[in-house]
Amino acid sequence: MLIAAALSALLALAVLGVVAGAEMWRHRLVYFCCMIASLALLLSGVKHLGQTPGTGPAIVLPIGLPWMAAHFRLDNLSALFMVVVNLASAAASAYGIGYCSHLPEPRRVTPFYPLFLFGMNAVLIADDAFMFLVAWEFMSLASWLLVLADHKNAENRRAAFIYLVMACFGTFCLLTCFGLMAGGEGGYSFPAMRAARLEPVAGFLVVLMALLGAGSKAGLVPLHAWLPLAHPAAPSHVSALMSGVMTKVALYGLIRILFDLHAQVQWAWGAAIMVIGGITAVLGVLYAILQDDLKKLLAYSTVENIGVAVIGLGLAIAFKASGEKTLAALALVAGLYHMVNHSLFKTLWFLSAGAVITATGQRDLGKLGGLAKRMPWNGVAALVGAVAIAALPPLNGFVSEWLIFQSLFKGPSLPHWAMKFGVPVVGAMLALAAALAAACFVRAYGIVFLGRPRSREAAEAHQVPLTMRWTVAFLALLCVVLGAIPVTVTDALSHVVTPLTGVQFAVSADLGWPWLSPVSSTRGSYSGTVLVMTGVALCAITLMLVRAFGTTRLRRADAWDCGHQEDIPESQYTGQSFSQPLRRVFCSSLFSVRESVDMPEPGDNRPAELQVRVVDPVWVGLYANIGRVVDFFADLVNRIQFLTVRRYLLMMFTTLVFMLLVVAVRQSR
Amino acid sequence: MAASPSLLGEQFSYDLAHLIGATVLMAGFQLLYQRRLFAVLNTFAFQALALAAAAAWQAHIQHAPHLYVTAVIALVFKALIVPFALHWLVEKLGIHKNVETAMSIGWTMMAGVALVALSILLVLPVTANAAALTRESLALAMSVVLLGLLMMITRHNAVTQVVGFMALENGLILAAVSAKGMPLVVEISVAFSVLVAMTLFGIFFFRIRERFDTLDLADLETYRGDRE
Repeated sequence: MLIAAALSALLALAVLGVVAGAEMWRHRLVYFCCMIASLALLLSGVKHLGQTPGTGPAIVLPIGLPWMAAHFRLDNLSALFMVVVNLASAAASAYGIGYCSHLPEPRRVTPFYPLFLFGMNAVLIADDAFMFLVAWEFMSLASWLLVLADHKNAENRRAAFIYLVMACFGTFCLLTCFGLMAGGEGGYSFPAMRAARLEPVAGFLVVLMALLGAGSKAGLVPLHAWLPLAHPAAPSHVSALMSGVMTKVALYGLIRILFDLHAQVQWAWGAAIMVIGGITAVLGVLYAILQDDLKKLLAYSTVENIGVAVIGLGLAIAFKASGEKTLAALALVAGLYHMVNHSLFKTLWFLSAGAVITATGQRDLGKLGGLAKRMPWNGVAALVGAVAIAALPPLNGFVSEWLIFQSLFKGPSLPHWAMKFGVPVVGAMLALAAALAAACFVRAYGIVFLGRPRSREAAEAHQVPLTMRWTVAFLALLCVVLGAIPVTVTDALSHVVTPLTGVQFAVSADLGWPWLSPVSSTRGSYSGTVLVMTGVALCAITLMLVRAFGTTRLRRADAWDCGHQEDIPESQYTGQSFSQPLRRVFCSSLFSVRESVDMPEPGDNRPAELQVRVVDPVWVGLYANIGRVVDFFADLVNRIQFLTVRRYLLMMFTTLVFMLLVVAVRQSR
Repeated sequence: MAASPSLLGEQFSYDLAHLIGATVLMAGFQLLYQRRLFAVLNTFAFQALALAAAAAWQAHIQHAPHLYVTAVIALVFKALIVPFALHWLVEKLGIHKNVETAMSIGWTMMAGVALVALSILLVLPVTANAAALTRESLALAMSVVLLGLLMMITRHNAVTQVVGFMALENGLILAAVSAKGMPLVVEISVAFSVLVAMTLFGIFFFRIRERFDTLDLADLETYRGDRE
């Protein structure tokens, strides 16, 4: 009931957004109501997760196609994702209250924002393929309109176009996937699909199409091309939702199909998905390191984190198909945990990026710096987020990556040789990605928030409105909390995965609260709770010792100048220089990175220039070629448009005669 | 009419219907090899006359008086009004009196023969269960339709294209009257006549020649905005 009320409220808010006009308080009201609606949805999600037997009542509404009613149902999986989606939505909406007045054209954003929230939530509760796809398209189109919000920028228009093409492609694949699962009888409701048994070929196609459809939305390599273009183009609170949440909705679709609707997936698919996840993680973070645009960096980091979560999903599929249900549950819990975490810290970082852009008008790393002093709230919150993304204990990012590693370590116990050899490779990829992610966020945080301002705008940055500061602080707090009580989280996730893997499983079973001991207590255990408490205790003891025994005498000494003697900001490390070693080591062959120095002649007083050329292998190798082929055929078809009337008649005539010939030949046989 | 027609009577009605249908088809061929515009119009009038005869004969043997209406429409409208109107149009607008062909007449005739063969091959096996009369007439009618289409695509001039379209329509009506118990025959013929009339009026009222100095459709395309 609460869900229905909140969803219809979101639809009504879209109308309100249209009539909001130039009055800023009306826009604020819309965002405030969006926050309330998100909180209501969050509450119902949490409430549902609390109950043990997992399936809510099915609701059938007489809307949609005339012969098909719309089915809705909330089960544990949808409830979990509802929590994920609405936690971030509530934060982004609260952020929007303050942020909307800083947008160039708030009227282009406010009406579509509630629709976007509505679409994402509707995907989660849909219980038939038709509603699922409609809601999915709703989500895609609403976010597309939000990407187009700043349409005067040609780059944004291009991003929106590519996004639209990819969204159409993804939905087309999902449509095929559901069509195959529905079979000839057209059982489009999810219970009918669960009951159906598919032919091997159809099953293969279902998994492939689901992977292409949901994967293109989630940003799996090589379908990620639109993501780093579209996510940064939207206003920051929408970027936060697209990156932090919409990708999760895509993964929800993947989990729903591969674990629930079409549950007989072969282990080889699990291996393939795992490898795709590994490649996505490594490539995503390498891309991220090369970026100088803060929001693009974050978008590529999203690609990386999706890859990490997908490794967990692939492993779970492989384990489940091999009969190792407990391990499947572990891998799935790890993957889901990572999704929850990523939705928090990526939302946090995008909202921080929005605050930085509001305060300075810059998103180029080369123009920022020293903001921790001027925007202390954002500085601290972004630091927490960076530590979480870099997967350092005791924050939440560490727990989920640790769990994924734990399940990877059990991979070689599988009977297949491909898995025995493949799992260590993927483990190495994951380790590389985790280390590079840490480097990437040291760079992002260090360049943006530390050092000295690199431009006048950064030097004159001002604090952002209160709601924009509170929300990031709140998200940072959640990152700490989810890291500190991992057992509570994994227990909740165990409820979710039980119906999907068919086994009752608790990560903490061996040692009990608050220890996570995924495989057995001897192989590895971790307790964020204990770690946090120890850390706090150690800090307190150190502080007391320092206060008790430290000297209070005043000392005078030269301040350390951090290595640059002259007081000019240009002498500090820049984003480019920080990433140069990594660029040279990892990217010279993969991205064909070429550096060239343009030295002026002696006597010429222009500055020397260092040029870096980066080629995106996926874009050049795949998308550019597809574009060329499409152009070629479009040209061919285009010629038909300029024929004479007589030629059109001739075409119709020859078609007719040809058809008649076919009929004549067929019947004479 | 006798309650049970004799065998001879049945054979005779079949032969006559066949003859009239074949006359319509022959007129269709004749349309293809005319080089003068007025000759095309005269041939078309002759075809319409034959069609009227076919409809009337079918009305007689099928005991379907409503087909007489079709026959009258064909006679009055197609055999008289339309040819005269077109005559008048051609005179009034000073259209070239030559037929401009896009394909040489010999080849057109051969294509026509091939089309007739195709329609016979096609219709006869499909309608194996129908009455012999219906089968033959359907094959003839389909040939007429295809010849009309062929005429539309092998002639440049707008008037000949209209004539081709009307020949095509004659074929449809021939098919409609030949099949026993076909509903809405009269309505179909009325509707087509209205369509043709509107086309003619269109040609007249737009006075294509005044604007573009020709009725050749190729010259219309420059005004469609597609071509430079």
